[in-house]
Amino acid sequence: MRLLGALLALVLTAAALPAAYAVEPGEVLKDQALEKRARAISKRLRCLVCQNQSIDDSDAGLARDLRILVRERLTAGDSDEAVINFIVARYGDFVLLRPPVKPATFALWFGPLVILLIAGFGVVVFLRRRRPERAGAAAKPLDAAEKERLDALLSEDGLAGDGPGR
Amino acid sequence: MSDSATARGGPSRLLFVLPVLVFGVLAAVIAYFMLSGHDPRLLPSTLIDKPAPQFTLPPIKGWEDRKPGLSTADLKGTVTVVNFFASWCVPCLAEHPQVTAIAKLKGVQVVGINHKDRPAAVKDWLTRHGDPYARIGADAGRGAIEWGVYGMPETFILDKTGRIRFKHVGVITPDALKAKILPVIRELQK
Repeated sequence: MRLLGALLALVLTAAALPAAYAVEPGEVLKDQALEKRARAISKRLRCLVCQNQSIDDSDAGLARDLRILVRERLTAGDSDEAVINFIVARYGDFVLLRPPVKPATFALWFGPLVILLIAGFGVVVFLRRRRPERAGAAAKPLDAAEKERLDALLSEDGLAGDGPGR
Repeated sequence: MSDSATARGGPSRLLFVLPVLVFGVLAAVIAYFMLSGHDPRLLPSTLIDKPAPQFTLPPIKGWEDRKPGLSTADLKGTVTVVNFFASWCVPCLAEHPQVTAIAKLKGVQVVGINHKDRPAAVKDWLTRHGDPYARIGADAGRGAIEWGVYGMPETFILDKTGRIRFKHVGVITPDALKAKILPVIRELQK
């Protein structure tokens, strides 16, 4: 029970802390507005050593160098886009965690939409084709012979009355 | 019943086959990428066919009179192999014999960029394993970023005008030397 309490306290403490990030105290800029921009840019850039983390999250040496570079260029007066373009020019689009929309990435961005449209079209065709069939069946009442046969079948199975099978 | 069934037989059968077809195509694509030896961790360099980046790197501390540093201007006039290496990098030692072999060829210069190293350590490393480099730039980290390098070792091949024409990520194995590096150098020497 005490262990459970300790675990709970640990979880709550962890939840109360801001999300962990790798920026070291020495890297943080004094200018808070610039630092905020630097953090936002860092979150958009992939750490190429670990590949599934942003440079803001990564402890890798290269990520650290890139974070410092981002801050240096911001301090030098570069715009956010200029900083990102500087790094993309050297490492390519892959360094962006959110790939840009351009002809080479159209399949990536719009592929799912196209598949959804095709699937939707398929569903519409499928439903359209089913509907007349059901409507036709309902429109045509049973004639006397058919009714008699149906009754016979139903009573045979014990479904017409309150048989013990129910 | 028979009438409507035959009328719908064609398209509905196609609908049944469709998932199998989709699966088949997907399996073929995945098999292609798995069997082609394609490594998704290796990134294509955006610098291919672009001029070498502008940079100036100082010589290794204490070797100023022995080995000059490296800057963009040194990469013109002959086919150049730019090799990123470090004494702390074990794969770099594995490719060192191949780098040395390239340096012995005629009409090609091999230069080194020593990445995040201690001067004493790299001097010891080069003394022990041989120094094939015509020039060595000591890089504290920014040099690698200028070249879009994200791991050690990486190697670039530049043509005579100083344009980057080929990039090799990771160890230059004897096979890679024969199959990739040497043909590129020969082609650029023409």
